[in-house]
Amino acid sequence: MSENKKTGREYGKTLVTNLRNYLMYIALAVIFIVFQILSNGSFLTARNITNLINQTGYIAVMAVGMTLILIIRQIDLSVGFVAGFLGAAAARLLKAGVAVLPTILIVLAMGVMIGLVQGLIIGKVGVPAFITTLAFEFGFRGLLTLITEATGTIPIQSDVFYELSNGFIPELFKIGDLSGSCLIAGAISMALIVFSEIRKRKELKRYKFEDMPVLLFILKLLFFVALIGTLTVVLAGYRGISWTIVIVVIVIAIYSFVMNKTKVGRYIYGMGGNPEAAQLSGVDIKRILIGSFASMGLMAALGGILYTSRLGSATPTAGMGFELDAIASCYIAGVSTSGGVGSVANSVIGAFVIMSLTNGLNLIGVGISYQYLIKGIIFILAVALDVRSRGKKALG
Amino acid sequence: MNDYILEMHGISKSFPGVKALIDVNFSVKRGEIHCLVGENGAGKTTLMKVLSGIHPYGSYEGDIVLNGQIMKFNTIRESENTGIAIINQELALIPDLTVAENIFFGHEIMKRGLVDWNETYKQADIYLKKVGLNINPRSLMRDHRVGTQQLVEIAKALSKNAKLMILDEPTSSLNEEDSANLLRLLKELQKQGVTIIMISHRLKEVVSIAETITILRDGATVYTMRADEEEITENKIIKYMVGREMDNIYPHRESCVTDEVLFEVKDWCAYNAKSGQTVLKNINLKVHKGEIIGMAGLMGAGRTELALSIFGNTPEYKITTGELYLEGNRVRFSSPKDAIKKGVAYATEDRKKNGLILIQDIKFNTSFANLDRIRNRGVINRNEEVVQANKLKESINIKAPSVQQILRNLSGGNQQKVVLAKWIFATPKLMILDEPTRGIDVGAKFEIYTLMNEMVKQGMSIIMISSELLEVIGMSDRIYVMHEGKITGELSKSEATEQKIMHFATNTEELS
Repeated sequence: MSENKKTGREYGKTLVTNLRNYLMYIALAVIFIVFQILSNGSFLTARNITNLINQTGYIAVMAVGMTLILIIRQIDLSVGFVAGFLGAAAARLLKAGVAVLPTILIVLAMGVMIGLVQGLIIGKVGVPAFITTLAFEFGFRGLLTLITEATGTIPIQSDVFYELSNGFIPELFKIGDLSGSCLIAGAISMALIVFSEIRKRKELKRYKFEDMPVLLFILKLLFFVALIGTLTVVLAGYRGISWTIVIVVIVIAIYSFVMNKTKVGRYIYGMGGNPEAAQLSGVDIKRILIGSFASMGLMAALGGILYTSRLGSATPTAGMGFELDAIASCYIAGVSTSGGVGSVANSVIGAFVIMSLTNGLNLIGVGISYQYLIKGIIFILAVALDVRSRGKKALG
Repeated sequence: MNDYILEMHGISKSFPGVKALIDVNFSVKRGEIHCLVGENGAGKTTLMKVLSGIHPYGSYEGDIVLNGQIMKFNTIRESENTGIAIINQELALIPDLTVAENIFFGHEIMKRGLVDWNETYKQADIYLKKVGLNINPRSLMRDHRVGTQQLVEIAKALSKNAKLMILDEPTSSLNEEDSANLLRLLKELQKQGVTIIMISHRLKEVVSIAETITILRDGATVYTMRADEEEITENKIIKYMVGREMDNIYPHRESCVTDEVLFEVKDWCAYNAKSGQTVLKNINLKVHKGEIIGMAGLMGAGRTELALSIFGNTPEYKITTGELYLEGNRVRFSSPKDAIKKGVAYATEDRKKNGLILIQDIKFNTSFANLDRIRNRGVINRNEEVVQANKLKESINIKAPSVQQILRNLSGGNQQKVVLAKWIFATPKLMILDEPTRGIDVGAKFEIYTLMNEMVKQGMSIIMISSELLEVIGMSDRIYVMHEGKITGELSKSEATEQKIMHFATNTEELS
């Protein structure tokens, strides 16, 4: 086959391969458009989008942690009430007069400890993750009830803590109605994305790898720029960039870096692909497993903090079903059910898909019972589409 | 009626982008043992899948004529009903069911709509006797050795009243003793009127057993030879397989052995942590710098256990006594990670199970055991990785469009080369290769041998565990033979013969 002359069919194939990688973004766009129409234009408003992002924050960070767990072929069913409990713990600490920063650090450390203990039970004792984390889910549900029992809901009395999930980065200047700091942030991220994509492409060229056609590349860039541009303008029209966005972006950046650029990331993917082979290649798979659960604990703690902050109080039922939303986010985002494949950035988009559904259905006034039904159907459809487009064989 | 039980006429079969079979003609006489040989990817397995209905009618061109009638199989069951039974390379047995349940799996003996267990166990016993097995049909499949499992597969085929039995590489995972046993059984079945088609890479057994041999190359029939018409030799078969005379299967190597002892094992004893069984007894061995050591022995002799216990896989094997010396210094490897860091590599015998990460690409696997080589201040340099992986890919001739090729899509031989690439990339001083050429074709074997020669030339030392006696003799500078966890013999290259090795391996006195 000649290297330079590609047939139309091959172009088609490249297009399909590339489209598949962006399937989720397309799904998100479709959801947005449908809700925009159904809600008579009230879905894609600055206010609602800001709201949606702030709503997604806690699930997004937990989906990031869950991605690692699912990649190494484990599962964590405990993060729901672990997050709920840690959120309540934060509220209690604040109530007891502990300052915000120490409170956050203590709660995050508690999250890591909880994850570590689970990791040790799974990795060293050998109790399967499903059972260990299910047991922890029960346990922390109990603990949550215990610490909220006396008082019922614990209100948050710290403004700073409340701002985490409800506040915005300070305003520098205004252009008309638009927030200046938001526009600057948007412009910087656009520039960063274009710059890094072009650099990546140049390197691919230099090493003479198969690359997407120029036209498609430009389309992809335009798509990203348009997406961020729209988002920036929309957000700037309300109150700009929330602290939640900042936190989620930092989490994505750190985790993406670890997963793609460090030894630990390689080991996680390798262990997910074939644990035995990874071990015989010099990977300490127990340490990776324990570390992944510790990271999950950290993200559960962060999720708990964001959720409690969002609500402005800790409630006895906080955390119910979070683990399922986090897991669903990952699977919608193409994390493989057999391990070894997945991306943290995609899982965050997966979380957005799920929260957009909740948000949009609420907006158009669909009852909670139907919401679950619709979510279930869309979950199946999304994963089915992903599986089929990868050309996987169905059973039998 | 002619005396052919099966004729396949003009069979062609394509997969996306590949023509797997091109106008293949294949005829099998009633009651013969017919061997199908060819390099990996020559189309043997595909041809048998067409025959057994795994590739249904309509997905191929050409005719299958069984007993004079054209067959149109849509499923395996349809072909089974006509008396065809296929036994795949990877056994289709369920470890947690009993032997009898496995034998009748899919065609259970029923009585009034329920499984008739008494009859099942009675019948199972009869079929087990037929294949020469004296095991309890109520025992669990997982408690039996691979050799036994293979025979159970044959019993299963017999229970389906198979007239034409297809065996795909039946001996590839068996030791020499079990292989011989299996071949004897095939001869026995032949006497009882069963026609047998056997795919095999082991030319020696092909020569010993086949009445007819059909050789496939690149999806086409190149030659059919019959024992009653001409003399069949391994060299002749190889000539047709590769299209050239391969006068030397083992590439020549000037001895690279030095006097310097690189690695030494002293009084090494170990037991299996799970079963408590002693697996290694007082192992003493030395490896010189630049030397290829052959570790011969039957399956279960403890060679893999020795490698794993040395390599630091301590959770599985507990070491009771023993010392290791690397370059004169006493060492102990606490984990594979530790062993790799100190310069010992171990390429496993089963590359798919625990050697490679098949869902990842060539470069990922190549760099995986030594990521430090492509790290810069803790950050992986992906470009460097690609460059390095490409270099290795070129130098050891991995056939793939790029280093971004996912391993699952490579042939066995190329996968094996990636295993070697990975360990070469880790720059070990001592490389332990466990069955480095299992299940790969003659051409790829030659390349792996050449690569091994290259490695010792550069000062590496190799311990090669192999169950192929000729390979051990052909490649080793020195040979240790193991039997039941002990080293029973040591042979230099010049004194090694198959007979001598077999005597040590079975721990019997040599008959003169």
